[in-house]
Amino acid sequence: MGGRKKTLLGMAALMLLTAPLAAQSWAAEGPGTVELGSLANYYSAVTFDHAMHTGVAPSCAECHHHTTGLAPTDPNCARCHEAGAKAKSVACKDCHSDKRFSAEDLAKIEGNSQLHHKGKLGLKGAYHQKCLGCHTAMGGPTGCQDCHTRNDKGDAFFNSGKYAPAPKASSGHGGGH
Amino acid sequence: MKKLNRRSFLKGGLAGGAAIAAVGTSKQAVAGTHNFGGYPDSMGVLVDLTKCVGCRTCEAACNKEQGLPEPDKAFDDPSVFEEKREGGLPRRTTEKAYTVVQKYEVEGREHPLFRKVQCNHCNEPACLTSCFVNAYKKTPEGAVIYDKTVCVGCRTCMVACPFYIPAYSYSSPTNPVIKKCIMCYDTRLKFGRPPACVEACPQEVMTFGKRKDLLKLAHQRISDKPDAYVDHVYGENEVGGTAWMYLSDVPFDKIGYDTHLGTQPIISYVKEFLGMVPMVLTIWPALFTGFHLLSNRKDALKNDDNKS
Repeated sequence: MGGRKKTLLGMAALMLLTAPLAAQSWAAEGPGTVELGSLANYYSAVTFDHAMHTGVAPSCAECHHHTTGLAPTDPNCARCHEAGAKAKSVACKDCHSDKRFSAEDLAKIEGNSQLHHKGKLGLKGAYHQKCLGCHTAMGGPTGCQDCHTRNDKGDAFFNSGKYAPAPKASSGHGGGH
Repeated sequence: MKKLNRRSFLKGGLAGGAAIAAVGTSKQAVAGTHNFGGYPDSMGVLVDLTKCVGCRTCEAACNKEQGLPEPDKAFDDPSVFEEKREGGLPRRTTEKAYTVVQKYEVEGREHPLFRKVQCNHCNEPACLTSCFVNAYKKTPEGAVIYDKTVCVGCRTCMVACPFYIPAYSYSSPTNPVIKKCIMCYDTRLKFGRPPACVEACPQEVMTFGKRKDLLKLAHQRISDKPDAYVDHVYGENEVGGTAWMYLSDVPFDKIGYDTHLGTQPIISYVKEFLGMVPMVLTIWPALFTGFHLLSNRKDALKNDDNKS
């Protein structure tokens, strides 16, 4: 984590210097906003401001790995995808399964002995690790509801809001077991 | 019929006893060198502690999946991390919570480390070994489950478990039993689905798969990013291996893991003794009853003579 943060900070510094030049060319590419609603169950969908993030991220490869044709930022990826291997689709959901650990997903991994990316994150994991990783390092919002507000079903799931437990008169037994 | 005198009976008895003892010990010797090592295709979970952000979604998911009672505090309330039980220890699993997240402030680490605690589903579980009513079972899918209708509430498994996992329904005055994580066996695992906590985790802290594949993945992650992890997969060998395994960026003994458990399953410490129990219970009573009758035979005969 420490090394990664340093790299990110370094990139952020570099980005600040080159931002005025770079942002213009990047903003032309990709969608303005993306509605991330495939996992909306306990939370409202996220309206992801893609255009804003292209201005903040040091490179498309920061989120899109090698798929946009740029060299990946992770040296482990660069071992194979040195110059970047442009993919047919650059959408997160086209590579990261929204049915991670389902029987089909596991069978697909097991059935392909040549598969290198055996531990490839599911869609939810990919979003959160990428978003929270950067937001933590760069001081972006990190609270759950900073990005997506919880719905009524979510409140019930977390026993929160109107579903919150009544405060106990005495909670002095320290958890017990 | 040849008359059996006391001397020849004792001789025979001793020889027989020695033969039985010899068979017993040779069996134990064979068993001692062989560990079960787990079912070959059993499932497991790899927990990457470096990814956990302490949101407690796993706790909420467990509560709903297992139909557990309402928690004392909301699942989005971070104040539970400051709760301490006796001895200043962080909170542990209870009859109302089969999994809990603990928070550790580690010196030199920028952010606190969060650690999810639940049953580790040992390859050779100590709880199962210790249970005298055979309530526990290790399923081929990898879960350690238990039959609560058989449980007599003796709590021996709570003492036996090296991870202090089984909890007890102290709240039930009439039928207190053991309560613990069953890896969602009844509702998910036996249908090939991951436990509820795994599926609910937003960060994909947990990876569900075959235990043998997870081990490869774990070592791959360490070798890909040697600076990001300590070179140890906790649960690979501890107490004979566990289905739940952990990767961390700080040494495991600094975040509450017992690193002195050894690699032998708990059963190997009690195997020899347990192997003797059936012999002692079945052969000894007959043998010593025989001795007793024989030693009293003369008196009995004398009494008969006196009567006639």
